[in-house]
Amino acid sequence: MPKTKRFDMMLPRRLTMLGGVAIAAGVTSPARAQLTIDMTRPTFEPVPIAIVDFKGDAVGAQMAGVIRNDLQNSGLFRVIPSSAYIQQNVDASTPPRFPDWRSIGAAGLVVGQVTSSGGNIKVDFRLWDVVSSQQATGLSFNSQPSNWRRLAHIIADAIYKRVTGEEGYFDTRIAYVSESGPGNARVKRIAIMDQDGANNRYITDGRTIALTPRFSPTLQEIVYMAYGENNTPPRVYLQNVDSGRRELLGNFPGMSFAPRFSPDGTKVVMSISENGRTNIYEMDVRGRQLRRLTNSPAIDTSPCFSNDGTQIVFNSDRGGTQQLYIMSASGGGERRVSFGEGRYATPVWSPRGDFIAFTKISSGGFGIGVMRADGSGERMLASGFLVEGPTWAPNGRVLGFFRQQPNSGGRVGSVTLHQIDITGRFERQIPTPTDASDPAWSPLIPQ
Amino acid sequence: MNMIKVFAAIAALFVMTACSSNNEQAAAATTTVTPGSVADFRQNVGDRVFFDTDQSNIRDDGRQTLSRQAEWLKKYTNYQITIEGHCDERGTREYNLALGERRANAARQYLIAQGIPAARIKTVSYGKERPDPVGSDEAAWARNRRAVTALQ
Repeated sequence: MPKTKRFDMMLPRRLTMLGGVAIAAGVTSPARAQLTIDMTRPTFEPVPIAIVDFKGDAVGAQMAGVIRNDLQNSGLFRVIPSSAYIQQNVDASTPPRFPDWRSIGAAGLVVGQVTSSGGNIKVDFRLWDVVSSQQATGLSFNSQPSNWRRLAHIIADAIYKRVTGEEGYFDTRIAYVSESGPGNARVKRIAIMDQDGANNRYITDGRTIALTPRFSPTLQEIVYMAYGENNTPPRVYLQNVDSGRRELLGNFPGMSFAPRFSPDGTKVVMSISENGRTNIYEMDVRGRQLRRLTNSPAIDTSPCFSNDGTQIVFNSDRGGTQQLYIMSASGGGERRVSFGEGRYATPVWSPRGDFIAFTKISSGGFGIGVMRADGSGERMLASGFLVEGPTWAPNGRVLGFFRQQPNSGGRVGSVTLHQIDITGRFERQIPTPTDASDPAWSPLIPQ
Repeated sequence: MNMIKVFAAIAALFVMTACSSNNEQAAAATTTVTPGSVADFRQNVGDRVFFDTDQSNIRDDGRQTLSRQAEWLKKYTNYQITIEGHCDERGTREYNLALGERRANAARQYLIAQGIPAARIKTVSYGKERPDPVGSDEAAWARNRRAVTALQ
């Protein structure tokens, strides 16, 4: 009988993790490999997994639903429908009848128990390795009942990590540009939602166009670009997500746009236009000192820090067409890294540091691709009439981006958010309440 | 009598809209415009110039339009102007914001060279965010790569 090790850890938002990971003692059996997956391989079969409604409280079924949705949407799991289950009333604390689960082809089984105590809920879950008849992982949490969705995402992340060996990305948010109205008077406002589309809320009111939201590392703030009233040029704003308080980040005569935080959150890089030139600047968030990083007559924009904060990748048309360049985070040492056919844009450095994702524009259309940080090993993942704006999930193994369909008959084409894994094998649309563009995937929500 | 009437066949308007970059001279049938009015500027001068793909240099047809704009603005000095730079949708959002700015600035520099005081001219870029017309073919993209002079 497996035993769950327990530890206590204080978490903000009154969410407390009590459990630990326990893997049964014993040698790894060959069959156990079936509950693992190497997602970097070009071919793999999704892991078949059964997720039983958590017992003890009505919210348990909803939590299981969120976990199923997360795992299925990753493309790495095949969730077995509950109608196929043979064993009913699986107890969350004792081993299941493994042959019953093996016979329906499950490699993993997730069970859970929700207990109410003193206004809080306690949630215990276990992932059973059905093939080797052992517990693969188990966690226990205490939290306010209103946190049930987050708890479900955290559990889905734990399952994902145990099976893939990669960090999960389900307990995250996505900021994006919500679009509505006719094409020539489109309302574009910043919205934030959970990565699965839940808890959508609007950050700007839509009176002026707001674009390019980017999260701070703590998720407490976003930076974005918005036009002023009465035709005044765009400026960069820093806004607290919860309080809604917003500040202008520098008031320059020309347009300022394309903001992005440094990995430590202390700086924001952005572009500032002046007399038709567009250069990249760095602003210290606390002191608001401005420092110029590029000085060219060209368009230098879409800057993004490397994961370690030492370099910045950006796009520039200084050589004639839009291409990717890397420079030192303090400016200087600029070198071109994109050399394929076509124009390259919107480079984003992976949080793991291994890849740079980009938009590529060629005669055939638009594409989303990745290359190594030195520019080698370019691979295209998605293509279409208009695909744009890659953003990394925090594990650096999944990308978000947006797709726009052609306009037709004076009507604007649909604009939708999508995710794709870095093998390019599995793409899915991320549901949004309105048309949506320019996603920015948050880091994992701090626990 | 400072009212004039401008007549043009509606059919002619549509033909010019489809193929010409200074179509704004055309006016709808029986429209009455006051000299010195916004309508006068749009219909008899032309409020916009067009650009080639990924370019911001003023074309010959654009020079003619901007020269007419300069003459008109010298006559009607009560207007301030904002030049709005725009792009087609075949570029990325942030780059297009900068490209629209470059186009607006190119039109601004031309007007300054024609003697319009710099202080009268502001610029703003809308990148690819405000298409006019809304379309996804070459004809629509050609009309979207534009700098529009708005009077205030």
